[in-house]
Amino acid sequence: MAALLEVKDLQVSVADREILHGLTLTVNEGEVHAIMGPNGSGKSTLSHVIAGKPGYEVTGGQILFKGEDLLEMEPNERAAKGVFLAFQYPVEIPGVATMNFLRTALNAQRKARGEDELSTPDFLKRVREVSGSLGIPQEMLKRGVNVGFSGGEKKRNEVLQMALFQPSLCILDEMDSGLDIDALRIASEGVNALRAPNRSMVVITHYQRLLDYIVPDVVHVMSKGKVVRSGGKELALELEANGYAQYQEAAA
Amino acid sequence: MAAVQETVDRVRQIDVDQYRYGFETLIESEKAPKGLSEDIVRFISAKKNEPDWMLQWRLEAYRRWLTMVEPTWARVDYPKIDFQDLYYYAAPKPKKTVGSLDEIDPEILKTYEKLGIPLREVAILEGVEPRPGEPDTPSRKIAVDAVFDSVSVATTFQAELKKAGVIFMPISEAIKHHPELVQKYLGSVVPTSDNFYATLNSAVFSDGSFVYVPPGVRCPMELSTYFRINERNTGQFERTLIIADKGSYVSYLEGCTAPQRDENQLHAAVVELVAMDDAEIKYSTVQNWYPGNSEGKGGIYNFVTKRGDCRGANSKISWTQVETGSAITWKYPSCILRGDNSRGEFYSIAISNGYQQVDSGTKMIHLGKNTSSRIISKGIAAGKSQNTYRGLVTAHRKATGARNFTACDSLLIGDQCGAHTVPYIEAKNASALFEHEATTSKISEDVLFYCIQRGLSQEEAVGLVVNGFVKDVLQQLPMEFAVEAQKLISISLEGSVG
Ligand SMILES: Nc1ncnc2c1ncn2[C@@H]1O[C@H](COP(=O)(O)OP(=O)(O)OP(=O)(O)O)[C@@H](O)[C@H]1O
Ligand SMILES: [Mg+2]
Repeated sequence: MAALLEVKDLQVSVADREILHGLTLTVNEGEVHAIMGPNGSGKSTLSHVIAGKPGYEVTGGQILFKGEDLLEMEPNERAAKGVFLAFQYPVEIPGVATMNFLRTALNAQRKARGEDELSTPDFLKRVREVSGSLGIPQEMLKRGVNVGFSGGEKKRNEVLQMALFQPSLCILDEMDSGLDIDALRIASEGVNALRAPNRSMVVITHYQRLLDYIVPDVVHVMSKGKVVRSGGKELALELEANGYAQYQEAAA
Repeated sequence: MAAVQETVDRVRQIDVDQYRYGFETLIESEKAPKGLSEDIVRFISAKKNEPDWMLQWRLEAYRRWLTMVEPTWARVDYPKIDFQDLYYYAAPKPKKTVGSLDEIDPEILKTYEKLGIPLREVAILEGVEPRPGEPDTPSRKIAVDAVFDSVSVATTFQAELKKAGVIFMPISEAIKHHPELVQKYLGSVVPTSDNFYATLNSAVFSDGSFVYVPPGVRCPMELSTYFRINERNTGQFERTLIIADKGSYVSYLEGCTAPQRDENQLHAAVVELVAMDDAEIKYSTVQNWYPGNSEGKGGIYNFVTKRGDCRGANSKISWTQVETGSAITWKYPSCILRGDNSRGEFYSIAISNGYQQVDSGTKMIHLGKNTSSRIISKGIAAGKSQNTYRGLVTAHRKATGARNFTACDSLLIGDQCGAHTVPYIEAKNASALFEHEATTSKISEDVLFYCIQRGLSQEEAVGLVVNGFVKDVLQQLPMEFAVEAQKLISISLEGSVG
C-alpha cells in the first residue's frame, strides 16, 4: 500500500521551546489512524504543522504527502492538494455567511487544482445533500461561520466541510469533544461515509468511545512530543483501562 | 463567481500598485491660467455663461476665503498647499454643448468605458451570479452624470427622468435653466462662509450635479454622478445640490477615481442635500481617488464638506460611504435634523492602507422634536496608515426626545497602523438619549489560518474577513455598488499582510 503521509523524525519548536522531539508516523492510503495521548503531548501541534499554521519552527525532519515535500507548500496549496484539518477549536468569522464561505473555499481549491468552479445549482445541490445527511439545518448555513453555533454545531460544521471538499487526508483534532451522544453518532457516520481506499484519516481523541464508531486500523500513543507506541485498535482499549502512566516515563 | 475570487483575478491584472484606475486620458484641454484671483473666479463664471447673481455669489465667497485660514484640528499631516500653484479650471476641448454621445470626444467615452461607467443608456445587468439562496437580481437602470475634470460631459436618461418630473442635470445647466431653484437652495445648507474648503469651493466650483425631485415623486431610477480628475495640477471643486420636495424619494450614488500621479491633487467638493416634509434622500459614495503609491508619494487630498438638511417634518437623510482612496481624507457627511421626527443615518466604511490618512465621521445635529440618528462606522487600518473616526452628536435645547445610537468598530491589520475614535457628545436637552459603543480589534491570526486551511490565499482570507466586518454597512448600499465596493475593499487591502 502506498504511503499517503510520512512524518519522519519531525522536530518542532514554538517560541524557542521544542514541542515535538523527533516524531515519526506513516499513514498509508485508505487507512484510519488514531492518535491518543495526554494533554500537552503535542497532538494539536502535529496537526497544525501538517496543515502549515504559522508560528511553528520545524528544526528537523520532514513531512511527505503523496511523496512530495509538504513543508515546502503554502498552507492553502496543501488544502487544495487534499489536506484537511478539522480544528479542535473552530473559530468564528462574523459577517461571513457559512454558505458563502463554503463556496469561496471550495472554488478556491478547485481553481488551484485547475478545475472549473462549481455552478450555483451544483453547489447548492451538494451542500444540501451533505448538510442533510449531517442533520445541519439550512438556516444555520445562512449565519456567520460558526457565529453563535453551539460547540457541537461547530464540530458538525467541520465535518460538513470535510464532506464537501473531499480531501485525501483528514485530520480530526478532538472531533468528539463537545458533541452529545446523538451528535457524536451522526458526525461519526458522516466521517465513516467518507472512508475510501484513496482517503486516509488521522483521528486525534482522548476517548475510546469515538473509536467505537470510527474504528481505526492503527492506534498511536503520543507522549512528550513523540510516538511512543503503535498498535491495532485493541491498544485504545488497553489505554482506556491503564492510562498513560507507563508511557510518560518511557518518553522521558 | 464569488466576489473574493474575482477580486483576486483583478488584483493580478494590476501592475506594481493596486490602483486600477490610474491611467491618464490624453486629450487636449482648456485651462484657466494657474493660480487664484478675482479674475480667475470671473473667468470660470464667464466660461460657464453664468448670470450675474452667480458671479456675485462666487466673488463674495472668494473675498471671504481670503480672510480664512486652513483648519488644522484633524489628525492628518501634509505639507502646506500652495493655492496659487494650482489650476482651478480644466475642460476637455473642443468645448461645445453636447447633445448626444456621438459628440463627446471618443477618448473620454473610452475613459468611462475603461472605468466601467455606462454612458450609453442601457440597463445595468448585475455582473455576478446571484448568491446562493437569493433570487436573481433584475436588471436596473441608473442615470449617470459624468464629470470630467471641471465639466460635466454627459448625463444619461434625462428624457425619461423629465417625464417623471425629476430634474437631473449638471449644476452649470441648472443655473441657467432653473435659476429660481438654484438661488433658493444653493448655500442654504453649507453657507459660503462655512469653512475654508467649502468657501473655496463656493468661489471656484466648476460643475457637479443638480437634482430636484418634485412633491410626491419617487425617482424612477438610481441617479449617479461619476467624477474623474484627469488633468495634472488641477483642483477639482464640484458642487452637488439635491432637493427632495415633500413626500419624494431619491437614491443617489457617487463614484470617483483619478490617474496615478506623483504629485498630490486637491479635491474640495461640497454636497448639499435638502429633504422637505416626508421626503427621503439616500446618498451613497464609493470614494476611490488615487491613494498614492506604496511609499506614500502622490494621491488626492480629499477635503470635502457634505451636509444634509432634514428641513421638513418626518424627513430622512441617509449617508452611506465606502472610503478606500485618497492620500488624505477629511470628510464628515452630516445631518441637520431640523424637522420634527426627522431621521439621519450615517453608515461608513473607511479603509486606509500604505501611508493613507483618514479623518472622517459625521455630525448629527438634533434640533427638532423626536429626531433620531444612527451612526455605524467601520474603520479598517492597514500598512502604515492612520484612521480616525471623528463624530459629533448634539441635541439642542428644544430637541426633546432626541435619540442617537453610535457604533464605531475599528479593525487593525498589522502593527504599524493606528485607529482612533474621537466622539463628541453634547446634550442640552435632558430628555436626549445618546448611546455610544466602540470596539477596536486586531485581525485574528487564527481566523486567517482557518480560512487559509480551507484553501483561501492570505489575501483572499483578509478580504473575506474584512468584508464580514463591514457587512452591516455594505448592506446599506444599492446592490450594484455593494458588489463593486466588496471588490474594492479587497483590492485596497492588497499587500496589507505578510
Ligand atoms: N503557541 C504556543 N506557545 C507556547 N507553547 C505552546 C504553543 N502551542 C503549543 N504549546 C505547548 O506545546 C505543548 C503541546 O501542545 P498541544 O496543543 O499540541 O497538545 P495536545 O496534545 O493537543 O493537548 P490536548 O490534549 O490538551 O489538546 C503544550 O505544552 C503547549 O503548552
Ligand atoms: Mg490538542
